[in-house]
Amino acid sequence: MAHEIIAATNAIVTLDVALPGIVWGWIITMNMWAKSIGTGIIFLTFFLLKKYPIETGFIRFPAVVISIVTIHLFLFFTVIDLHQMFRFWHIFFYPHMTSAITVGAWMATGFVGLILGMAYFIYLKKDEAMYDKLLNYTVVLAIPVTLYTAGLMAQSTARELWQMPTESAQMILAALLAGSATMLLMGGNKFSDEIKKDLGIILGLSALAAFILYMAEIIFGPMKAEEVAAVLEYIKGGEYTIMFWMGQLLAFIVPMVLVCMSITKKSYYLLKVAAISALIGLWISKHVWLVIPQLLSMS
Amino acid sequence: MQLGFLVDLHLCMGCKGCEIACKVENEVPLSTWRLRVKYVDVGSFPETRRTFTPLRCNHCANAPCERICPVSALHYLENGIVNIDKERCIGCAGCVMACPYGAIYIDPQTQTADKCTYCAHRIASAMMPSCVVACPVEANIFGDISDPMSSISKYISSHQGNVQVRKPEKGTEPHHYYVGGGNVTLNPLASFRGEGHNLFNNLTHLPVGGHH
Ligand code: SF4
Ligand code: SF4
Repeated sequence: MAHEIIAATNAIVTLDVALPGIVWGWIITMNMWAKSIGTGIIFLTFFLLKKYPIETGFIRFPAVVISIVTIHLFLFFTVIDLHQMFRFWHIFFYPHMTSAITVGAWMATGFVGLILGMAYFIYLKKDEAMYDKLLNYTVVLAIPVTLYTAGLMAQSTARELWQMPTESAQMILAALLAGSATMLLMGGNKFSDEIKKDLGIILGLSALAAFILYMAEIIFGPMKAEEVAAVLEYIKGGEYTIMFWMGQLLAFIVPMVLVCMSITKKSYYLLKVAAISALIGLWISKHVWLVIPQLLSMS
Repeated sequence: MQLGFLVDLHLCMGCKGCEIACKVENEVPLSTWRLRVKYVDVGSFPETRRTFTPLRCNHCANAPCERICPVSALHYLENGIVNIDKERCIGCAGCVMACPYGAIYIDPQTQTADKCTYCAHRIASAMMPSCVVACPVEANIFGDISDPMSSISKYISSHQGNVQVRKPEKGTEPHHYYVGGGNVTLNPLASFRGEGHNLFNNLTHLPVGGHH
């Protein structure tokens, strides 16, 4: 609609202040990307230990270490993005519970406690039963920790592109994609072909579902809101077009194709390439989607 | 009490007196603004017209900035003002993402969020906001919209049919009204905003909060 108004009125902003640039940039992309791995690996550990308890017992320790490292990366990037990072503790002492940021911070703290507990029981106590017991709680908490960023994006009323429930589906799919990719790289040839095939299927299906959601938003989003149409111009021939399609290609299309090839040929070495491609592409896709709504003038 | 603002765009002549008064009163740092007057030119030469729109925080009754703030740095005062506690703010910029009117920025000096407070400190001393005092044509009308006898309430009722708020579809319930507004003045998507030199300034983007 706006295009038609501008064409009809020739309305041009001739004097205004400079607008802020991108406020949430690559640091927030790192935050979302690292969190996807940190919670995704927990989902996949839970799945594998339930389905293949004997063959995958060895993943307990490396999986929880990866989760600890990536969740702390996520926390690190969360804190350094704050303009007043040394006031981070205010979230715990002056919490405002309507904010997804507050809820996420509390959930993530609980999650960190649980994964540290899992590491303690598997490394120091060698107690697999306790590890598995804690894993049951961790996997439940991993769901809101994964989803809270979607809640935060939904609360960002100014950014029409970030909609619920699409973003929550995208967050869960990103965690499954990143979790299965990381598991494939971590387990390597220690996994049987059957396990690799299962991980490949999870990787391929999450890539497919996420790709469908992105394409659906691109095609149908502009029909719903003028702002979405304006934002999507940045990836439809605008300055982020190449980056967007690079992300889609690496995160979703390449993994889908490689997973299909691996399964049909029953040869699973290509899955590692698919996993690396998915992890790189996920960062790019998340970054583009984070940045483009911020390019639009709000007033 | 519910304080509100109304700008009669028929009266505004784009002098930017309010913008400067706000800067001085609130010591707003260089490169940031709590209140600004946007010029939009409409039409093709010689049939052209210039519009002026003062833009500030709307002090929404259902404020997304207040809802998203993790530490209640943004909070409601009893008079309806959405105020900010800069000592409490952690600078997460959630409010910058949430405000559909681009009314909040990160102050490069304090590294905290900042925005128009309707001059809450002046109101507390029974004074008018500085922009209201500075306006030479009384285009800014300020008062208690819950009081039917206030000047703002009377102005709204005498201009019914020509009173608008920005982006009502967002459900924010703004307490900032415009008389004589239209798509071009109130909808940022309805005008072309180019980069480069325009009139007196260089329209560009600024680094946020002095870093990044
Ligand atoms: S205009 Fe923006 S900053 Fe002001 S109260 Fe509404 S949402 Fe908050
Ligand atoms: S930047 Fe400050 S005021 Fe804005 S949401 Fe974060 S803590 Fe609240």
